[in-house]
Amino acid sequence: MEIERHEYDVVVIGAGGAGLRAAIEARQQGKRTAIVCKSLFGKAHTVMAEGGAAAAMGNVNSDDNWMVHFRDTMRGGKFLNNWRMAELHAKEAPDRVWELEAWGALFDRTKDGKISQRNFGGHEYPRLAHVGDRTGLELIRTLQQRVVALQQEDFETHGDHEAYIKVFAECTVTRLLKDGDRISGGFGYWRESGNFVVFDAPAVVLATGGIGKSYVVTSNSWEYTGDGHALALLAGAKLINMEFIQFHPTGMVWPPSVRGILVTESVRGDGGVLRNSNGERFMFNYIPEVFKDKYATTEEEGDRWYTDQANNRRPPELLPRDEVARAINSEVKAGRGSPQGGVFLDVSSRLPAEEIKRRLPSMHHQFKELADVDITAEPMQVGPTCHYIMGGVEVDADTGAAAVPGLFAAGEVSGGMHGSNRLGGNSLSDLLVFGRRAGAGAAAYIDGLPARPKVSQELVEEAHAEALAPLGRSGENPYEVHHELQRTMNELVGIIRKAEEVSEALEAVEKLKERVQLVGAAGSRIYNPGWHLAIDLRNMVLVSECVARAALLREESRGGHTRDDFPGMNPAWRRKLLVCSTEDGSSVTVEEKTQPTMADHLIKLFDRDELAKYLTDEEMTEFDGIAKS
Amino acid sequence: MSYKAKFKVWRGEGGEGKLEDFTVEVNEGEVVLDIIHRLQATQAPDLAVRWNCKAGKCGSCSMEINGKPRLGCMTRMSTFTEDETITVTPMRTFPVIKDLVTDVSFNYEKAREIPSFTPPEGVRPGEYRMKQVDVERSQEFRKCIECFMCNNICHVIRDHEENKPAFAGPRFLMRIAELDMHPYDVADRQESAQEEHGLGYCNITKCCTEVCPEHIKITDNALIPMKERVADRKYDPIVWLGNKIFKRAK
Repeated sequence: MEIERHEYDVVVIGAGGAGLRAAIEARQQGKRTAIVCKSLFGKAHTVMAEGGAAAAMGNVNSDDNWMVHFRDTMRGGKFLNNWRMAELHAKEAPDRVWELEAWGALFDRTKDGKISQRNFGGHEYPRLAHVGDRTGLELIRTLQQRVVALQQEDFETHGDHEAYIKVFAECTVTRLLKDGDRISGGFGYWRESGNFVVFDAPAVVLATGGIGKSYVVTSNSWEYTGDGHALALLAGAKLINMEFIQFHPTGMVWPPSVRGILVTESVRGDGGVLRNSNGERFMFNYIPEVFKDKYATTEEEGDRWYTDQANNRRPPELLPRDEVARAINSEVKAGRGSPQGGVFLDVSSRLPAEEIKRRLPSMHHQFKELADVDITAEPMQVGPTCHYIMGGVEVDADTGAAAVPGLFAAGEVSGGMHGSNRLGGNSLSDLLVFGRRAGAGAAAYIDGLPARPKVSQELVEEAHAEALAPLGRSGENPYEVHHELQRTMNELVGIIRKAEEVSEALEAVEKLKERVQLVGAAGSRIYNPGWHLAIDLRNMVLVSECVARAALLREESRGGHTRDDFPGMNPAWRRKLLVCSTEDGSSVTVEEKTQPTMADHLIKLFDRDELAKYLTDEEMTEFDGIAKS
Repeated sequence: MSYKAKFKVWRGEGGEGKLEDFTVEVNEGEVVLDIIHRLQATQAPDLAVRWNCKAGKCGSCSMEINGKPRLGCMTRMSTFTEDETITVTPMRTFPVIKDLVTDVSFNYEKAREIPSFTPPEGVRPGEYRMKQVDVERSQEFRKCIECFMCNNICHVIRDHEENKPAFAGPRFLMRIAELDMHPYDVADRQESAQEEHGLGYCNITKCCTEVCPEHIKITDNALIPMKERVADRKYDPIVWLGNKIFKRAK
């Protein structure tokens, strides 16, 4: 068995915002770094992010600061967030955005030449640094070009562009390797040739994004098969908050082939409104109790807010995403939907055509080219789409370290930062803040390592056999198994859940597990998508089981987890995290764990009245003690 | 609403291949990439194609449809008649790996040859101040999704393998223009655009602009202004004299 082998200090899996920022940090700290990604360099899912990166720079409203951002983030996540992560994120996001500018990023500007910031759901002040509605592309390109800049430096010093940082594009990692308890590398294959590759490295940073491809209607690309979630589980790490999935309220609903593709929240941030088939701005009927005093109750007040934020409350179209998604779902169910099964999102009657084209160029382009709809002249039809998983690898907030020594995670694949619901704009900033921290965490871990862990030949052979297996079988078509899984998750563990349906999904997932063991891929090892999918299915099924098991256990509704049979938020559940792990590599167990208590200096940032909506009586008594001291 | 379409898809690997015929279902609103995916799921599971976002934002699914470079995800089936045979082939300028997937490493090598953004010494992150009007020119070029269709169509390299070493292609000549127009970039890029990256090979036939899925005016806004800057400098008597003196001093 001839397998190519590469030695590195740090292997970063995933080349989106988090992966690239982690790799840049590891390399800047002198570590030899490999970036391994399933697509070409620069194509990662981060390019799809439209709205912006949230950072309390205070460029548009000088009242903004990290404390306001921290409060908004905790509210958005319904106080289930890991408070330390939310704190680090709010404090460090501005530096991470400014750093991009020093690497060549060109954000839109304010009149006085600073980075412009836009309004977004759940953010009290205009806070999102942006470039029109293609901010993700700017971020990925800037980080990509920063990697190239570092390679040019290395060429000057060492005569080799790839001496310290190398991109392994179109390469998929299928197993992490361990030496005893510690990470010693990873095993994977080149998509192009089908040849296998072993990475010998003491530290691995997972930055693989989400799991959306387990659902039919999703804004996610094919890459989002939960690879990092599954790799972490299989290596013995733990996942938290897997029941919380964000269904973005506004995905395209027509034509069918583009169903799920994202319509940026900026449409609403810039004045777009949601209407039902009666022409009613229905969001005014869906302002939840916890947000009653923060949102406008009349259209007039909501409209005034766009020009005078000091004296008016924001319109309810800008409630956090989970609220808006549920409201749209209810309107459609009540028979007040649009012809193609969504609701109307209208910006055409709100802004002049030229202004729409300037502020929302890629939305204008997307609707024109894909749906034949001119958004400057008519409303869009939109509905919820599976967009983001709040859950992921349980990590140390400061370093991104998972429970397995040598394993780190950042970005969507990590869990905790966003609690039960992520605010728009907090993802791009999350990638930058925690990507950097995970890269630094990995570098520091290596410095403290007494001896380099060794790659076990036995584990390599096991991984090799596992990856090859589907090619030798004349089994079921992997595309069919995939569709079945997507339908199951979409219908039974979707935006609104109930115990019987989730139980039914778990039974279906058990059967799918067996079928995944039997799928076969025709053709050779050279660029064979059927084979690639057959391998990815293991991850999708494992991660789907985590989502369903946790969803069944959490008997309350909070953020991205809505139980029809338990419609209210329960303060006792706020203190509990559901932790997924696997012993045998195929069945998932879920255990409850107590959520760490928020630090005193942070809890004091909130009013007593607000906290009382989320905390238990016991916690409120403790808070009163803290507030007095 | 739904009908059977006739497709010819190039299939092959290792330098050999041929067009294969398929008859495949097409539904309302679908794009060419949907049809390629249907072929994968029902008739040719190992048919190789690159794709990611399916919304024209990542630039992965570049291919040639009836001989024209297009993104598969942005080419609607309704632009063809139902009895038309649709021919799908890989990008011609780059070596084929398999089926519709080509080796685009040329582009990544060229990207590495362009010196990176070079800000002046002493400007700290957070201190950058730029006017919207001054960033807009470069912002247009940063809309590029790196589908590499401009480099694919450019006749300088499409039919002239021998020009590849000396020519960065429209994508990366535009990158030079982007940096040259960046308000904070201080590197001298004009001479190297001509001498090292092959700007002179471009004879402004605008093929690149025509295929750009982002509708970037590559020729008018990037390449021609860059050529003008190079020309101004080359024929500017003061610059000429300065160069002479500088050379003599060395």
